[in-house]
Amino acid sequence: MSPIWQQGLITRLLSTAAAWLLGLLWLLPLLFAAWAAFHSSANTARLDLLAPLTLDNFATAWSAAPFARYFLNTALLVTGILVAQFILCTLAAFAFARLPFRGREALFSLVLIQLIVAPDILLVENYRTVKWLGLVDTLPAIALPYLASAFGIFLLRQTFKTIPTELEDAARVEGCGWLGILWRVYVPLAKPIYLAYGLVSVSWHWNNFLWPLIITNSVETRPLTVGLSVFASLDQGIDWSIITAATLMTSGPLLIGFLLFQRQFVQSFIRAGIR
Amino acid sequence: MTYKPQTTITAWLLVMPAVALLGLFTHVPIVGSIIHSFYSTDRPRRPSRFVGFDQYEAMFEDPIFWKALTNNLIYALGSVPFSIAIALAMALFVNERMSGRGFLRLAYFTPTVMPMIAVANIWIFFFTPDYGLIEQISQTLHLPAHNWLGSTNTALFCVTLVAVWKEAGFFMIFYLAALQQIPTDLKEAARLEGASGWAIFSQITFPLLMPTTLFIMINALINAFRVVDHIFVMTGGGPNNATSVLLLRLYEIGFKYFDHGQAAALSVVLLVVLGLIALGQFLLFDRKVHYQ
Repeated sequence: MSPIWQQGLITRLLSTAAAWLLGLLWLLPLLFAAWAAFHSSANTARLDLLAPLTLDNFATAWSAAPFARYFLNTALLVTGILVAQFILCTLAAFAFARLPFRGREALFSLVLIQLIVAPDILLVENYRTVKWLGLVDTLPAIALPYLASAFGIFLLRQTFKTIPTELEDAARVEGCGWLGILWRVYVPLAKPIYLAYGLVSVSWHWNNFLWPLIITNSVETRPLTVGLSVFASLDQGIDWSIITAATLMTSGPLLIGFLLFQRQFVQSFIRAGIR
Repeated sequence: MTYKPQTTITAWLLVMPAVALLGLFTHVPIVGSIIHSFYSTDRPRRPSRFVGFDQYEAMFEDPIFWKALTNNLIYALGSVPFSIAIALAMALFVNERMSGRGFLRLAYFTPTVMPMIAVANIWIFFFTPDYGLIEQISQTLHLPAHNWLGSTNTALFCVTLVAVWKEAGFFMIFYLAALQQIPTDLKEAARLEGASGWAIFSQITFPLLMPTTLFIMINALINAFRVVDHIFVMTGGGPNNATSVLLLRLYEIGFKYFDHGQAAALSVVLLVVLGLIALGQFLLFDRKVHYQ
């Protein structure tokens, strides 16, 4: 029998090897996509490491579809949703966390239903509502079903509940009203949660597809995901290198943001996840 | 408990905007789906009328509905356990003091930040007949050619595989969060007693992770019945409905055939499935753990 430390070493080596194998396996599709996007299509199939790099695929994709407009639409969309979610969820979460009022528990249970029944399931009825409001094919229509987020209300309520009431009392002595207390005490103390929720929200809505696909039908309103699917499904002999370039381009800002702020990103997801 | 009228008014004013929007886009449509599922679809010169359970009967007679439901169950049973198992392995790897763990965490998590549409576009190429990556590898190994996405035998497997790749890194995060909360002295005590790595995992770590596993499982199940994006791009539900799932079918019925009565009935089926998952969650673990 080998000594304990030797067994430990072997286990450690094995698990490191397994971890790296899994990591490479997970990265492989992305590396291959990057390879294809930065090489001419003639060189994509042959995995020649010395093949010349090119940005032509990106240029072709960029000029073949109105990606600039799609980027603008997505940027406006995720910003609008984020701002509205912050305001709506903060107000509601504060009332649910700190104001005793008749019907609070029942109302909160109703809010939580959205955690299970997400708006995507209800798209037929929601389309009817949006049509009734006369908002079909507009950016607000894409955002509307997601503005009041049960997840956001839940997350902020949890956070607000952990903030000591003494701080609130001190602010009240200095003459703050409810909104003043919320703005001066609660919001600043919940900053990390806002960051976490913001990152989750932006990446979620940047990536959302089915509802925007249904509710938009013009270049002026289409977000990137829908634009990309329209672009990739056009049967006009667009080769894979160009589609891959377009694909990486549309995920680019999120990927770069993620690489730059990796630690905050993962920490934020952890923070949003454990509650 | 007594309520001050002043506070009640303030509170209702604060929750009103969020509650009104939630009601309009979640609760009203839930009730609306149920009501509309008992009416015929509004057609020119044949206005909608009450038809009882006719929509449900028509749906249950539709073989594609059963195909989509079965596919969705297979997809859920295939993707959920595998993505959870891989997520746990990833979290255990990254939680250790291992060389290059920052890089590994990055590698595991990156698919999560990408749009499913983008992921699908990348993976399509791997499965492409003749010149796709998988075909090139199998050609080198002199294996017979196979159309992975075009064959009814393998298409569902392929889209499930893509989902596991995309979601495992996301679930890893939850495990990572839970692992960081496990007190290290527990493991150290076990190690001093001479417990092996496997014993520590199976007797200490895994049981302590149980609430997290259940939490992830519920979320993964809900996601499995909301899946549509990559299937839409990769196969469109084909070949011959081999990858059709409930939400994709709902999209087709509602927005290609414009049969709103059928769509409402199918929405109710999805609501029932999600309701059952929620009930399972309620019965499986103390609600207080996650909702108080």
